[in-house]
Amino acid sequence: MTIDTGQPTSQEVTEPAQEEPRHIWRMVAIWAVLAVVLDLLFYFLVGPHVPPGDMTSAASENQDDFTILFLIALPVMIGVWVYMAYSIVIWRASRKGAPEPVGGPQARSNLGVQVGWIVTTTVIVLGLFVFGTVELVVNAGSGGGEGPNPIWTPTSASVLPVQVIAQQWKFTYRYPTFGGFESQQLVIPNGTTIAFHVTSLDVTHDFWAYQLSIKADANPQIDNVAYTTTRQAGSVTVRCDELCGLWHGAMFNYGSVVSKTAFNIWAKATERATAANTKLLPPFAWTYVPDANGADGGYYPDNVDPYSNSEVYGATPAKS
Amino acid sequence: MTLAAEREAESEVVYPDPTPPVLGGFQGLPARPGWFSQHLGTAVIGAVLGYLLGHWLGNVVGSGYTNVSNSGSNSIAVTGGLLVAVAGWLLGIGAVNYPLAKLVGMEPRPEYESTSWTRYLRYTADHKVVGLQYVIGVLGFFFTGGLLAMAIRTELLSPTSHVFGPGTYIAIVSEHGTVMMMMATSVVVGPLGNWLVPLMIGARRTAFPRVEAFSFWIFTAGYFVILSALFYGGFPTGWTGYAPLQTQAGVGMMSYLVGFAVIGLGMMAAGFNLAVTIINYRAPGMTWSRIPIFVWSILATCALLTLATPTLVAAGLFGILDHTAQTAFYVTEHGGSSFLWQNLFWFFGHPEVYIMALPGFGIVAELLPVFCRKPLFAYKVAAAGMVGVALLSFFVWQHHLFQSGINPDMRPLFMLTTELISIPTGFIYLVGLGTLYKAKIRLEVPMLFCLAVFFNFLIGGVTGVFLSDVPVNVTVHGSFFVLAHFHYTIMGGLIFAFFGGLYYWLPKMTGKTMNKQLGKAHFWTMFIFFNMTFFPMFLIGLLGQPRRVFEYAQNLQALNDFASVSAFLLGASFLIFIANFVWSIFIKPTPAPANPWNSLGLEWQTPTPVPYYNFERIPVVLSDPYHYSEENAPAVADLGEGELVTTGASSPASVAENPRPPAPGVETTR
Repeated sequence: MTIDTGQPTSQEVTEPAQEEPRHIWRMVAIWAVLAVVLDLLFYFLVGPHVPPGDMTSAASENQDDFTILFLIALPVMIGVWVYMAYSIVIWRASRKGAPEPVGGPQARSNLGVQVGWIVTTTVIVLGLFVFGTVELVVNAGSGGGEGPNPIWTPTSASVLPVQVIAQQWKFTYRYPTFGGFESQQLVIPNGTTIAFHVTSLDVTHDFWAYQLSIKADANPQIDNVAYTTTRQAGSVTVRCDELCGLWHGAMFNYGSVVSKTAFNIWAKATERATAANTKLLPPFAWTYVPDANGADGGYYPDNVDPYSNSEVYGATPAKS
Repeated sequence: MTLAAEREAESEVVYPDPTPPVLGGFQGLPARPGWFSQHLGTAVIGAVLGYLLGHWLGNVVGSGYTNVSNSGSNSIAVTGGLLVAVAGWLLGIGAVNYPLAKLVGMEPRPEYESTSWTRYLRYTADHKVVGLQYVIGVLGFFFTGGLLAMAIRTELLSPTSHVFGPGTYIAIVSEHGTVMMMMATSVVVGPLGNWLVPLMIGARRTAFPRVEAFSFWIFTAGYFVILSALFYGGFPTGWTGYAPLQTQAGVGMMSYLVGFAVIGLGMMAAGFNLAVTIINYRAPGMTWSRIPIFVWSILATCALLTLATPTLVAAGLFGILDHTAQTAFYVTEHGGSSFLWQNLFWFFGHPEVYIMALPGFGIVAELLPVFCRKPLFAYKVAAAGMVGVALLSFFVWQHHLFQSGINPDMRPLFMLTTELISIPTGFIYLVGLGTLYKAKIRLEVPMLFCLAVFFNFLIGGVTGVFLSDVPVNVTVHGSFFVLAHFHYTIMGGLIFAFFGGLYYWLPKMTGKTMNKQLGKAHFWTMFIFFNMTFFPMFLIGLLGQPRRVFEYAQNLQALNDFASVSAFLLGASFLIFIANFVWSIFIKPTPAPANPWNSLGLEWQTPTPVPYYNFERIPVVLSDPYHYSEENAPAVADLGEGELVTTGASSPASVAENPRPPAPGVETTR
């Protein structure tokens, strides 16, 4: 038994009554109009509001990058959708007078189309790669965590280091240039390049300062550094962005970007006010080993039993 | 080449031996059909007994250790229980009959199977039975995960008031992710791959029928293992299982680690079997440029299943040892590294993502020509694209770690590889758009699903490029944007393709016609509510909501509620599918014609139901199955005339009369 192709081979391909319209040119016309209009609409209406805003150098650069990627992506998507919609409308089997499809070698491949497709996608992709790399290098890591040995560093001469200590389920901040005091609240000065040193005391967290466009995993015993330069004063939302257990969803706090003067006043006042507390903290270090025995330079002071209900990190036992 | 010349050229071919696969059991013993044989019930008994034995052993081993007696939970006992339960399950279903018989020097007897429906509850070497078992298995997996998704969306209706406690919520999220990921690795390869590949390449069976059956039964064991986490209080890590949270977690974590190891064995077995089948069991004339594009996609997927999964199993083993034997693979303060898990996991995890994409492309590319009545455009580019994706997928894993604090100098490289993989992935669009050109598009239910894949996967794929761009990744990494992205690729791509494939092939697989109206209703509800559920999540993520949270900013409630309500409706759309499936297959079955879609595929040239040996004679393949609308097109295959094997109980002629070889000493009912 021999299988036939399912199509009567003797059938004559009927000549279309009228001139076949130039489908490709029609599609290109629809695509061009839609792509230009929607790109312009996006650029002017949505572009300025693309997250995460422009509060810092990283934020505004990442906002630009997102906008540029979207301006490239939109025509690509519109192209595919226009082609598909056009095909479904014009070449659906239920439409009256639809011409019979023609098989054969010319329908199986087309060298020009294939080469054109591969070259176009390759050019777009390589362009995106070059663009992304340049943005990453020029913008000092774009606000992403660069690990303990950053290779893209800011050009600014003065960088304010701020340590972010994540633990289940809160963030605390230490300011090494102000005696290593600890704060529950992130306060940073405007117009300053900040180096966030993110580390963890227990599991992997992620420090996501949304408006600053900073995102860096907090790993135990890893000092993960991320840079940005603040440009506007305002408030900042900090969320944990890596699943860290039970209260991951509730692990967030707020910070603020304030003027340099206000920051200096706040930092010095807090340094003085918390001086007694700072003495009880482990000496400032880029990472801490949460070792219950106090060995390895110890995160818990020697005289504190970490399993005691009444003794917690950073506090001496209440005198009874 | 003329038909006669082709036959002449192939005359030296040695046809595979049509002896039935030897399955197990002992030659000397009488076969025992019915309740006293091995089936799902004995497997359950074996698993329960195994669990009790393993748990007791674990307690014996572990009770002397202070960390066990102090903590009040014994991960050694749980691990032992789960592992021996899986062994008992396999023993109970009869998976080890063959090696055991060989071990004691007895000759295993050939497969005995009745033609009754109970064969679907047994360990069987018939790839068509295994395929249908997989259909039910993956649907069960999928609907379990879907119900958990409904629970997640219920909790996210409000930013602050809670339906579940945080522990229950995180257990549900983790269970949903893991169940869905496990399901998605096998959702096409298991049911459609096992059922169709031998038929598509003109083979009578897969290369290793016992391995094929093993892959299904260990897959189901994995389902129960991962579900058992809920009874241990769940695990808090999500499907990614990041250490040190993994090390910190309770015994529920063991279900995750053992479950992934067990599923991993099934994935390797399924992949290995089908890869060897495709390479070695192709019919004469089934050259590499003639195999259906779906088979190419399965081959690429199987390569990934076989090569990437061992990393997962090894990583899981390290985790199990950390929990049970107090090793420190992932414990930083004792010399291990949490990055070790992240690297091992994603070294498996990213190829796995393409395990979940390639079969979908294969289905879509296979169905398009049938419903366009045109040849597949750029077949070779499509095949090369699938192989290219498979190769490149091993070199992209660190894009999951862009913000993790590993060496930053690798970032441009992984940005490049990740963006490069969009080139071969984009070939599926070249193929699709080229095939649609001047076609005669029949908007049948499977075709609607294919077109939806192109729509959805475009959004999923383009947002993937956003994620690959390191600067943009700073904002979108770990947020709902990622979540929306991979639901668009996996659900919008793979699951839509899977349902398209089911509507397309179920008439051949079951011999029953699916209801078209219900199919269309299922499609439109699923398509609309899928997009209404997941598109807002891109915005939710961009506006700052991290994944896996149970509390979120007040201003995101409107978007979250919109997504939640849409998700409930999306869940309801599957009720239409279930109704259609049950109605069309069980309650009021309408017999399906042998080739309802008028396809040229080899699998459609067999009678319905497909005989036990698929083909009376091994067909001689003369061309690829895409010569639609072509004048003087070559025939697809010569299915053979006359008798080839004429004698013996297992000859195809005999099989056609009597679909199963009778077991020794058993009266056939015919």
